[in-house]
Amino acid sequence: MLPLQILLFALAAPLLNGWVDMLRARLQNRRGPSPLQPWRNLRRLFAKEPVVPHTASWLFRMAPYVMFAATLLASSALPMLTVQTPLASVTDVLVLTGFLTLARVALMIGSLDPGTAFGGLGASRELMLSALAEPTLLLGLFSLAMTAHSSNLAVLVGHLLDTGMMLRPSFLFTLLALLMVAGVENGRLPADNTTTHLELTMVHEAMVLEWSGRHLALVEWSGHMKLLFYGILLADLFAPWGLADHASPAMLALALLCLMGKLAALGVVLALTEALLPKMRLFRAPGMLNLAFLLAVLGLFSHVILEHNP
Amino acid sequence: MTSMPLAEQGVAFLAGLVLLTSFVLLSQTRLVPVIYACAIQGMCVALVALLRGIVDGRGELLVSALLTFALKGLCIPWMLDRQLDRLALHRSAEVLDHQGLVLFSGAALVVFSYWVVLPLAQMASSIHGSVIMVSLAVVLLGLLMMVVRHQAMAQVVGFMAMENGLFLAAVAATGGMPLVVELGIAFDVLLAMVLFGIFFLHIRENIDSMDVDRLSALTEESGVVEKQWP
Amino acid sequence: MAMSLWLAVLIPGAAAILLAFHRQHQAQINLWASALACIAALLAVLGPAHAGTVLMLDAINKPFLLTTGFITLTVALSCPYFLEPAGKGGAALFYPLFQAFSCTMQLALACSNIGILWVALEGATLATVLLVAFNRTPQAVEAAWKYFVLCGVGIAQALFGTVLVAFAAHQALDDPQQAMNWPALHAAASHLDPTVMGIAFVFCLVGYGTKAGLVPLHQWLPDAYSAAIAPLLAMLSGTLLNVALYALLRIKMLTDAALATSASHDIPNMLLLAFGLASTLLAALLLLRQRDIKRLFGYSSIEHMGIATFALGLGTPLATFAALLHLLCHGLGKAALFIIVGAVTRKAGSRSTERIRGLLHLDPRLGWAFMAAAAAMAGLPPFGLFVSELLILTSAAAHQPWLAASLALCMVIAFAALLRQVQPMVLGEAPAATTMQTKETIALWPSWLQLGLVVILGLLMPPPILHVLQNAAIRISIPLP
Repeated sequence: MLPLQILLFALAAPLLNGWVDMLRARLQNRRGPSPLQPWRNLRRLFAKEPVVPHTASWLFRMAPYVMFAATLLASSALPMLTVQTPLASVTDVLVLTGFLTLARVALMIGSLDPGTAFGGLGASRELMLSALAEPTLLLGLFSLAMTAHSSNLAVLVGHLLDTGMMLRPSFLFTLLALLMVAGVENGRLPADNTTTHLELTMVHEAMVLEWSGRHLALVEWSGHMKLLFYGILLADLFAPWGLADHASPAMLALALLCLMGKLAALGVVLALTEALLPKMRLFRAPGMLNLAFLLAVLGLFSHVILEHNP
Repeated sequence: MTSMPLAEQGVAFLAGLVLLTSFVLLSQTRLVPVIYACAIQGMCVALVALLRGIVDGRGELLVSALLTFALKGLCIPWMLDRQLDRLALHRSAEVLDHQGLVLFSGAALVVFSYWVVLPLAQMASSIHGSVIMVSLAVVLLGLLMMVVRHQAMAQVVGFMAMENGLFLAAVAATGGMPLVVELGIAFDVLLAMVLFGIFFLHIRENIDSMDVDRLSALTEESGVVEKQWP
Repeated sequence: MAMSLWLAVLIPGAAAILLAFHRQHQAQINLWASALACIAALLAVLGPAHAGTVLMLDAINKPFLLTTGFITLTVALSCPYFLEPAGKGGAALFYPLFQAFSCTMQLALACSNIGILWVALEGATLATVLLVAFNRTPQAVEAAWKYFVLCGVGIAQALFGTVLVAFAAHQALDDPQQAMNWPALHAAASHLDPTVMGIAFVFCLVGYGTKAGLVPLHQWLPDAYSAAIAPLLAMLSGTLLNVALYALLRIKMLTDAALATSASHDIPNMLLLAFGLASTLLAALLLLRQRDIKRLFGYSSIEHMGIATFALGLGTPLATFAALLHLLCHGLGKAALFIIVGAVTRKAGSRSTERIRGLLHLDPRLGWAFMAAAAAMAGLPPFGLFVSELLILTSAAAHQPWLAASLALCMVIAFAALLRQVQPMVLGEAPAATTMQTKETIALWPSWLQLGLVVILGLLMPPPILHVLQNAAIRISIPLP
């Protein structure tokens, strides 16, 4: 069961990115690549021989593996198709964000290691953004956790499924905050742009410049998985309908269909925002994250004020 | 929350939206979105009144909900938008100083109103006690907006946000005031907006700008300004 | 006499609408409407108490209704003099707004609904804000904008307080339709929830305190005063400030009754004492620095409002009586003073306290009138303000000796500052006659009439007025059931 979910997750991750790329191309009146393009890129990169800078140490070579493993671990704990995953008892939101942080730290250390200018520049920018994004993510998850009286993701999603459709103001605030955080964390517009390599603006792309071959493939694959991770997290928390409550094949198939529908919709939203929003100046990005943090705080408040009946 | 009827969930959700629009007003620098946010806030407030009117079965409240919807959701934003056209301010944006500080003092104001209204909320029936908290927060956030903005139009929108908060308070606390009072308040608000419109022109004429910080001739230190009628 | 009460409110309202469309004989219509409204108010006050669904008359609003009607009439007499230079356009704007303002004042005093009281006070701001900007100079526009924004913000807090009062009444009353009605609120005052009423009082204090110009909410007042024209100032000082304190007073009565049994029962009084003392102190200190004569007397208004608020905070029947007397005398005296000040600035061609000199030489009539009015404001005998200040000090000394001493100190400072400012204006050497326009004349008898009334209130205190004030003071200071 667990290996199956992990495999599915890892294989599906590039598809989401491909889907978003295709949609964005269509919105820009281009034909764009097929959704399978990220797959082809990965296959090509795996076939190539990795080149390691002579100033780099073993940290540089290890970083992609650590990053890949940590991201995969985090995603294996997500309630993807069913609430009752084998790892349900340890899927605390703190653990999940911890894994993501581990992946990020590995990436930053790896990019700093060769001692090139771009690596350091990218790492420092990433650090600035993530220092603001991570508390927001945690705070948002906590205000949701207060609704279910548990910070365990499986329990939380199960609680949401049990209580059914409700209008919760705190979820509105948290949704907005998490959407902003997810955008920043995945290097999406308006905070970062995955498609340019301008030294004035790039954050994530500056860090991965030195890797090549299978190392680069792993780093990019981790990036795809992170996007899918956030997609599934948002779908689980704000639209949990369709998740299977026990693991019968029919239920799982239905859950898979639902998940694909939700992710496709999320991809449309992401592509639309990227097509409509201009890139923000790098030093305006903390302002946006401040706003996200504020929204998360307000989500907490409105939970206490409006939903907590004494 | 789990045992709440749907209408109350709706009220809570709308109250959350009202609070959210208050923060949008506080953080948005361009005037057109500010006016739209104000209109949405007015509509949400009117919908709260509508929901409560339906649940309590009170015709009066329905009337004042419709009135508020028309006045604060449609009419006044339209007036402000026309003013923007007339003063050619459609593209103007203002620079906000210390935006982070302002936003977090806004959050502090929310906590403050929670603290003030908590003893009351425990007395009120159901969700409406909590909505009083939100309404006080909206009033105080409107006040904050009037303090930190320099643009005359933005200050007026802050004034409108305060009025929205007050209406929400009236609906939540008492199920709406008597219709005479509602009509009186609506008349006052409309009149105030017309007067604000006249003032925009005066200010523009006198200081060639809508930045009211430049209205600073009158201080304790300034001398006597002659050339006036007695 | 419910009929005459209605007339006192409706006549100014009808006159405002008439004047807005009728451009001929505006001064006469204005005068007649004010006279009729004043007579209607007088008849209403002479009649029995009345508690209707919209309007009401009881011991408390009687003295206020009477003063407001009378001041409006006397100010209306001198309006034409000030509007001459403004030309027809200015007058066409002034008269309807003057009557609308008068209508909102009477409505605020006579209405029996706390919501309508708020609507009327907000309406008073709206009616006067264009008049503050009457001169269209940048300074006038600035003053009017400040007045508009600060009063608008302040009064919004009062509406929140009003809503909270209605909320408390909702919990206590059987009939929720009556939740905003004064008589019903009075009857159920002790059943209102103390916590809610405490919070409501603070909001109303901030809101109506802004209108009454209490420190630190007074910022709009000196600016608006330095820009507005004289008849408007007479109305603002003579009626609006009083009405704002009247609203606060009403809410305080409810709060006192609701808090009677709780541990924090003296908080409203403490707040009023603090605001009153702060206003008196700050105004007294700033009086000496003023160089604009209207601003100077604006601060004097803040000082007197502070003294009255302080007296209301003492809460004893004697202090309340003194506060009412103080408000009455200050309203009459200040209305007279501002009309005279308007004439003085016209005569001297300047509003600067440094350039108005030797009024007694220039125009003895005006000089004496100015001196008398200023002396009344400084609290000299035989004017009524001397008596009321003395009463306030003695009743304060009985309960709060330290506060009484500080208040006395403030009064002395204010007195000295006013004397220092006014003395050279009246007695100093007149400048060369080139800047003086000596042809102008103004009928000063309405102002003398007002000042004469202030003297009579100080020396004789006619029994009918004494009776009205006594009844009001007793109603206010005896706790509600």
